[in-house]
Amino acid sequence: MLAQLFGFKGGVKPQTNKAPSVQLPIGQAPLPSCLFVPLHQNIGGAPNPLVVVGEHVLKGQLIGGADGWVSAAVHAPTSGTVLAIEEHVAAHPSGLPTLSVVIEPDGRDQWIPRTALDHRSLAPERVREILRDAGVVGLGGAAFPSHAKLTPARAVPMQDLVINGAECEPFMTCDDLLMRERAEEIVRGIAIFRDLLGAKRVLIGIEDNKPEAISAMNKAVLRLAEDYAVVAVPTRYPAGGAKQLIRVLTGKEVPASKRSTELGVQCFNVATVYTAYRALAHGEPVISRIVTLTGNIEQPRNWEVRLGTPMRELIALGRPKADTDRYLMGGPMMGFEIPDLAAPVVKATNCLIAGSPALFPASPPEMPCIRCGACAEVCPHELQPFELYWFSRARNFGKTQEYHIFDCIECGCCSYVCPSHIPLVQYFRFAKSEIWSREREKQAADAAKARFELRNAREEREQAEKAERLAKAAAARGSERKPAPASAAVLPPTVEPVQPVAAAESAEAVSPSDPDTVRKATIVAAMERARAQREAVKPRNTEQLTVEQKNEIAAIEARRAALKPEPAAAQGGRADSATSQERPGE
Amino acid sequence: MMNWTTPPYLLDGQASVRRVMLQVLVGLLPGIGAYVWLVGPSILLQLALATISALAGEALMLRLRGKPLSLFLGDGSAIVTAWLIALTFPPLAPWWLVVVGTLFAIVVAKHLYGGLGQNPFNPAMVAFAACIVSFPALMSQWPALGLKLTFAEQVSIIAGLAPRIDVMSGATPLDAIKTALKLGEGTVDVPTLLATQDVFGNFAGRGWEWVTTGYLLGGLWLWQRRIITWYAPLGFICGLSLLAGALWLWNPQGFASPLFHLFSGGAMLGAFFIVTDPVSGCTTSRGKLIFGFLAGLLAYTIRVFGGYPDGVAFAVLLMNLCVPLIDMYTQPPIFGMKNQR
Amino acid sequence: MITALAIMALGAVVLGAALGYASIRFKVEGDPLVEKIEAILPQTQCGQCGYPGCKPYAAAISAGEADINLCPPGGMDGVRKLADLLGREVKALEAEEKPKQVAIIDEATCIGCTLCIQACPVDAIVGAAKQMHTIIEPLCTGCELCIKPCPVECIHMLPITENLDNWKWKYPVIEIKRAA
Repeated sequence: MLAQLFGFKGGVKPQTNKAPSVQLPIGQAPLPSCLFVPLHQNIGGAPNPLVVVGEHVLKGQLIGGADGWVSAAVHAPTSGTVLAIEEHVAAHPSGLPTLSVVIEPDGRDQWIPRTALDHRSLAPERVREILRDAGVVGLGGAAFPSHAKLTPARAVPMQDLVINGAECEPFMTCDDLLMRERAEEIVRGIAIFRDLLGAKRVLIGIEDNKPEAISAMNKAVLRLAEDYAVVAVPTRYPAGGAKQLIRVLTGKEVPASKRSTELGVQCFNVATVYTAYRALAHGEPVISRIVTLTGNIEQPRNWEVRLGTPMRELIALGRPKADTDRYLMGGPMMGFEIPDLAAPVVKATNCLIAGSPALFPASPPEMPCIRCGACAEVCPHELQPFELYWFSRARNFGKTQEYHIFDCIECGCCSYVCPSHIPLVQYFRFAKSEIWSREREKQAADAAKARFELRNAREEREQAEKAERLAKAAAARGSERKPAPASAAVLPPTVEPVQPVAAAESAEAVSPSDPDTVRKATIVAAMERARAQREAVKPRNTEQLTVEQKNEIAAIEARRAALKPEPAAAQGGRADSATSQERPGE
Repeated sequence: MMNWTTPPYLLDGQASVRRVMLQVLVGLLPGIGAYVWLVGPSILLQLALATISALAGEALMLRLRGKPLSLFLGDGSAIVTAWLIALTFPPLAPWWLVVVGTLFAIVVAKHLYGGLGQNPFNPAMVAFAACIVSFPALMSQWPALGLKLTFAEQVSIIAGLAPRIDVMSGATPLDAIKTALKLGEGTVDVPTLLATQDVFGNFAGRGWEWVTTGYLLGGLWLWQRRIITWYAPLGFICGLSLLAGALWLWNPQGFASPLFHLFSGGAMLGAFFIVTDPVSGCTTSRGKLIFGFLAGLLAYTIRVFGGYPDGVAFAVLLMNLCVPLIDMYTQPPIFGMKNQR
Repeated sequence: MITALAIMALGAVVLGAALGYASIRFKVEGDPLVEKIEAILPQTQCGQCGYPGCKPYAAAISAGEADINLCPPGGMDGVRKLADLLGREVKALEAEEKPKQVAIIDEATCIGCTLCIQACPVDAIVGAAKQMHTIIEPLCTGCELCIKPCPVECIHMLPITENLDNWKWKYPVIEIKRAA
């Protein structure tokens, strides 16, 4: 059906090492002793916890609600009790903690009520919402919320829907096994995405080293009488990169600056499609995923694992060999070393590899770059990695952006072939995160500056207004000077009593508990001052006064009220009248 | 203990600087073989001298710069430089000339600029240029053709124990043609020269044509091994033959054919082993083409119209200067941006 | 001799005139240097440099009145950038460089005096008289200006710790020496 494959430049062919983990079918990982479900498992907004400690949750119950459009919900992977909502080590290269819901399974594994839906009977908007609330994200490893990718661009008609079953990372076989065993559900799921996007053509790309998966998918497509094309693509890393697969199947190149929908194409991983199907047709949110457990272990295999299962418990199923010295999450090319095996399996965990010195020998020492250009030859994005390396190394981040560092997909081909063994990708990651962090700082600084300037402007304005008010008041007084004299004589005694009352009151209140320390003394002084100030400003705020005092204050207020329109003009001068009006507030 | 972990965890176990350099050395072997056949084992002595002094200079500089000897001494880059120097210097040059040239290349042209990967100029060509400027007479004394010397005699000449004068009357074919044309002042023409003089062979210098063919074969092998790309060599050959061909077509009496030029002097060595030097050359594909092409034009110009017998070294050095500029203007479009230029 | 002198003199006059004309014709309004300097400053508005905000400090640097090493929140990084921009020597920071921090109000001790609200240069504190105050963390620049006015010493600074949002990939360590 499809005549032409386009290929992409660059790429490498590392040992695939996939055979050991495809010997056994997908196994159901047993229920772990405790689940640590991180709330933030997706790119975009962090979901908010919707459960409380001690609450009993059912399997599939919403425990974290999507925060904003680009976010995805999180669900309880089994029924049990919420033990805590606390910071727990994340499945992240840093080993830093993230807010997680800790669930102790009750062993009953009891589902919430599930309703099967047909996406064709629902509005597209509703389907996207369902996908978001079912926590469907890209399971290829990026964990980008899928519903946010399902809106076609307005200007460009959607041509091709690319389904990514290429799985180019060495060691990894989770998509392979999923396609072999659950091809029909994948094919049914594709219809959801195709209908939402309105794609004219569906291309399923699978690397040609997975003949079983290709034939399983082909059979499923035939059985369901769909017109999808299952295409075997040449095995070359990173053919499974979304942009590379789009290029291979459609000839279109998606730059970093564009969304693929702007070119009329979109790409989803097979596992994502599968979970979308489960979410709609079975009402099952994403609570588990297929994880390849392989490497230096006795029994490499793919497991269906509940999200939140501590990695240590999963790895134990494979019985790691004695010389295992590290564990990787993701493939050996783009994955990272797990700093702490207490970290849970999350939606992005497609593969766990036990590493040994024999399997992943230590990189030889880094030598200077000899500009041989081997990295540029293998770069699938046709960048000049050595240039990026010099600029990243020199922290010349402006230049790295000129040389398109953000088009780098960190596939690792350049590091793989570098004869000088330079950790190029590491330099690029460093440069990228520095650029992001500087961007954040810049934004914070700009915001601070704006707020500072606003504040200054406000203060100036307030001062100007005050001065204006004073000037107006003075002018008003100047004109109403004649009726004033009568009250002028009364003013001095009215002002003075207010303050002694307040001072005495505060001294009474504080003195019984007055300790000797200087610190307390300063606090008392400060409180006195503050109270005096408040009292002076708002004399009425004195509920606990005696009746006499209240009467006295009322009398004072009455006098003050009588005074207000024409205050203290006795001395006659404008300046004097202004100061005397200020005095009560001092 | 390296607790340095960074993705990718898989590396191409084959790739290393040493491996690249070793293959370059292997690529030189056919040419060296022909050279030995032509002038005898003296060239091997020169190669050994250059190698030893290069390694000594490298070790000294690495020690001074506080760099690990074990790592850098074994990378083979100094040996490549040394061999290129030995192959471009006259085979019976006094021992100290090669030693001085090599040390100059390693110490000044390489390490004073920052060592491996940092030198803006090709160290071997710097050495050649420095020596031909400083010792023009010694650098142009080539063994007369047909001179049959025993290895012992060659050693004593190189060691400075035997008189040099009478045996060193020879010239390179390029020099011969230039000198003859200059002296003849219109009375001689190139085809006659090539046909009559002993120094010329079937299509270039007698014997030398096979040495350069050896370099060509070695270079093609390197290309096949993907150690070098075809851009710079093709550019160089095109540049050289374009100018040579144009002038030859215009005046076959006064100018030698492109074939003669390609297989004379340092043209083939330059095309496959010198303009392809990654460190001092261009990095982009188009840049490499331009770099090679202009180097070819310059090499011909200096060779034919300049005062030196060959122009490859100066051409390459001049082009080394232009590398950052060429690279800057030849950045290839990246994935997804090809139609947006 | 005379001709040569005349030519040189003429050249000087012509070039001088051209330069003079250009300086009038292409005069740049405002002082872009101040803006460039200000863009480097961290906008904490903390006044630790002795000027009442980042802009006055930028103006002072531009006028040559202030040195470039007076901004502790900007750190050595900032000093380096300023030195780069202005072509001056990099100098050690006058004060100690501190990690980035935010202010935290101890809610139990706060008496609601509003003094810190008045001190905050970026309006990052909310609260009303006699009400407990709190700091809007994302807006706090860590300038410490609120600490002094507090009568009950209930504000203290917390360094911003690394978390998943601000975590960065580290600069690859070059291991050449160790390998030897």
